[in-house]
Amino acid sequence: MKFTDVYLQTATKILVFIIMTFSIYVLFAGHNNPGGGFIGGLITASALVLLYIAFDLQTVQEVFPVDYKKLAATGVLVSVLTGVGSLVLGVPFLSQTFKYVELPFLGNTELTTAMIFDLGVYMCVVGTTMTIITSISEDDI
Amino acid sequence: MIIIEYAVVGIVLFGAIFCALGAFGLVRLPDVYLRSHAATKSATLGVLCVLLGVFLYFWLVLDHISIKLLLGIVFVFITSPVAGHLNGRAAYRSGVALWRNSVRDDLHKKKSEAPSTE
Repeated sequence: MKFTDVYLQTATKILVFIIMTFSIYVLFAGHNNPGGGFIGGLITASALVLLYIAFDLQTVQEVFPVDYKKLAATGVLVSVLTGVGSLVLGVPFLSQTFKYVELPFLGNTELTTAMIFDLGVYMCVVGTTMTIITSISEDDI
Repeated sequence: MIIIEYAVVGIVLFGAIFCALGAFGLVRLPDVYLRSHAATKSATLGVLCVLLGVFLYFWLVLDHISIKLLLGIVFVFITSPVAGHLNGRAAYRSGVALWRNSVRDDLHKKKSEAPSTE
């Protein structure tokens, strides 16, 4: 049975942007505020699940053509590579550093390598959650 | 300052009373559509008023504008009625009967005229 609901689909078109923006905010705020890669990834996954509820599986795959298994693998790879990068520079595994940089729009910003690790966690959480949910929902009887 | 705090107290109390009224409606009303009506509308307004009161308190008393609260107000204002609509729609589609004293059911008439494939 094809489920179409105009109210839900119209609201989803607005809400997905709000949820995605909030998830990116939570991801970047994780250093000094509550937040971080894990719940940022979960919020992104919930936005994608909302899309899957409001639209078809096929439609969402066309709009957002991401292989979630590869996304999770890339996330783990990014996280490991930040640790290996500190080994290359001659400090213990997973050492982190930070630096204040003048960016064009953001002004004086603190850039830290823990952010890259968090980005890996974020991608891994999104990939894992969406792999579980899509592989459950794809089953046809 | 003290006037602002009284205003915030009034707004938050209004919202809390509306949430309580919605809970009473949920217990007292006879069928799922009337209950959904009570729960959705009063909970939306109640939560909006509580969030608005908190936002005003943070802004005017603590001098901190919280974008997250504004976003929460917009978000609840969009999502809560849609969730109520989906509840009522799911109940109607699974054949939950209306209250026996109900007099109008336009959707039923439309369905029996043209049986859809949905």
